[in-house]
Amino acid sequence: MVRILEKQELNKQVFRVVLDTPLIAAKAKPGQFVIVRVDNDGERIPLTISDYDRKNGTISLVVQVVGASTHQFSCMQAGDFLQDVVGPLGKPSELEGIRSAAVIGGGVGCAIAYPIARELKEMGAKVDSVIGFRNADLVILEKEFEAVSEEMKLMTDDGSAGEKGLVTDALKALVDSGRTYDVVFAIGPLVMMKFVSLLTKRYEIPTVVSMNPIMIDGTGMCGGCRLTVGGKMKFACIDGPDFDGHLVDFDEMLMRGRMYAEQEKHAYEKACNLFKKEV
Amino acid sequence: MHDMRLTKHEMPVLDPKERSRHFQEVALGYTAQIAREEAQRCLNCRHKPCVEGCPVHINIPSFLKKVVEGDDEGAYQVIAESSTLPAVCGRVCPQESQCEKHCVRGIKGEAVAIGRVERYVADTHLARADKEEVPASNGIKMAVVGAGPAGLTCAGELRRRGYDVTIFEALHVPGGVLVYGIPEFRLPKSIVHAEVEKLKKMGVIIATDVVIGRTLTVDELFEQGFQSVFIGTGAGLPRFMGIPGENLRGVYSANEFLTRVNLMKAYETGSKTPIQRAKRVAVVGGGNVAMDAARCALRLGAEEVSIIYRRSESEMPARKEEVEHAKEEGIVFRMLTNPVAVMGNEDVTHIRCLKMQLGEPDASGRCRPEEVPGSEFDIEVDAVIMAIGTSPNPLIRTTTAGLETNKWGCIVTKDESGLTSRDHVYAGGDAVTGAATVILAMGAGKTAAEAMDDAAKNS
Repeated sequence: MVRILEKQELNKQVFRVVLDTPLIAAKAKPGQFVIVRVDNDGERIPLTISDYDRKNGTISLVVQVVGASTHQFSCMQAGDFLQDVVGPLGKPSELEGIRSAAVIGGGVGCAIAYPIARELKEMGAKVDSVIGFRNADLVILEKEFEAVSEEMKLMTDDGSAGEKGLVTDALKALVDSGRTYDVVFAIGPLVMMKFVSLLTKRYEIPTVVSMNPIMIDGTGMCGGCRLTVGGKMKFACIDGPDFDGHLVDFDEMLMRGRMYAEQEKHAYEKACNLFKKEV
Repeated sequence: MHDMRLTKHEMPVLDPKERSRHFQEVALGYTAQIAREEAQRCLNCRHKPCVEGCPVHINIPSFLKKVVEGDDEGAYQVIAESSTLPAVCGRVCPQESQCEKHCVRGIKGEAVAIGRVERYVADTHLARADKEEVPASNGIKMAVVGAGPAGLTCAGELRRRGYDVTIFEALHVPGGVLVYGIPEFRLPKSIVHAEVEKLKKMGVIIATDVVIGRTLTVDELFEQGFQSVFIGTGAGLPRFMGIPGENLRGVYSANEFLTRVNLMKAYETGSKTPIQRAKRVAVVGGGNVAMDAARCALRLGAEEVSIIYRRSESEMPARKEEVEHAKEEGIVFRMLTNPVAVMGNEDVTHIRCLKMQLGEPDASGRCRPEEVPGSEFDIEVDAVIMAIGTSPNPLIRTTTAGLETNKWGCIVTKDESGLTSRDHVYAGGDAVTGAATVILAMGAGKTAAEAMDDAAKNS
């Protein structure tokens, strides 16, 4: 059992928790993830670690409510206990030797992109960032990104905050204005990572994406998280979650991600008690 | 006085038609009466060939004699001297190729049903729920990595010898393949739970949610004061065939499918774990895991489940009893058939196969299957389960300096004791041998525990 020390709503769909996990906090590095089970018959939910505090033995997770299990998680408060938290899993992001980078975050992906931007800045690298959201209500971590970036672009689909447009528009403008990068990190929805990768391929900028597919154990056992990278089968949990964005077969990932869409929607609706009649 | 009937007492089982629709245990177990009569078939041979056939060397004639005498607890104590998980072994051991293979009664007629009587003895012991004896601590700490058959056995043996044992388990429940792999209808989880609880009562500490290689490393275990480390992490990494279409929706590794069904309880109504309710399922492979996956798919409501295997039935590595049970339940066996592609747009629609014929024996001694030219055909399916084997997990070998592994990723041991290329690090079970059986893993766990004990005494 793991105690929730703090909980905070970042917007209507996204919340942040700080967890009392000394063993995990001692090892966690940017890019790694944990698996959480909310209660005794809960699903195993893979969640990327958004921050860690080795001294206090805590990790932070930023979670978006997407289904029944994350909804249940969102109902818990500081002082409550999660059934299981295991990690840190996956390989850490490789940041060594990077002198300049653009960090692109989309939606809740910004929570994972931010520690990478901060770490790069602390290492002395030059960091630009582009963060994108659907609208102003969903914006998170704007100030934090600003603090670690030389240039920071906030984009929204409807223009209700920052500039109207896609993160790829902003990245393209930055590159066209003469900004150069050793590497681009793109973390967010698959579609966003796909189009960032297509853009950077044209500019020949190495690009790292963070994959968060369906998985069960997170240790290489189920193979449910498999994806095709450069024509080869990889497991996101042990070979990733970071991969070369120019080699990932995003269309296959998008297709696989919808595997349980119907069942998940059904479970979510049940969890939200939207169905008044028996389902 | 011996019972001279030539055949084993039949195991009472659920009706195939009825059982193929739910997950209740298929084999019901002997009653006290049947167990005593079956035990009377043992001739109590002086040279005890059966004991040699048992990987953990249970004194079989001795426990059978106790059963004949009506001393079930005495029988249990005899088994417990050698085996940590008898209720599990009585169910899943391939006795026909081990103890029972060597039984003198098998020369003319059938061997004594040693496994079935063992199960009876273990079940009656668990039902009595006696207090377990807690061996006094000698203050020496031992670490076991992985709470599967090898790790649980090693831990039990070390605790019996007085060591303070901690098992580190990556998943949220102990049991390893016994809980994520072998289905409820073959090995009820309540049995595994009871065996694990028995170890806890003996004083074994089980730390779940700890991934050695990630949360802690083997070297950190030594820093924490553990004298020796046993690695029993199994062979959990699923293999795929490398044919087109394996990433389509509806293609599972047997590990994923069985884990969803068993560990994550997708078979229970109201379970939070999603699983595809496929109508026509193809399971590729011919081992026990393939049989388990096929029978689970049937129980989840599939109308037709086929086993696709590239050799013929006589080469199948699955236990005969499992094959028979699967057939009784209506699983279709498509032998000498090899998939070449999984077809579909996004979801699987069919699997393309070639007919095979048997050629000359290969390195494994089995006839090499060869393709029949022009024999391509399609089978309509909406799910494909790949049960073609597993490899050892890379997490420990990639994070433990100086731990030698072979080209398949299996940990290399110096001798039967399980000592690895690293001092004080032992390994056993599938992590060393590649995918094998529960009882062989238990045997390795036991042998390693003895070696760890010897080393500690001599240091």
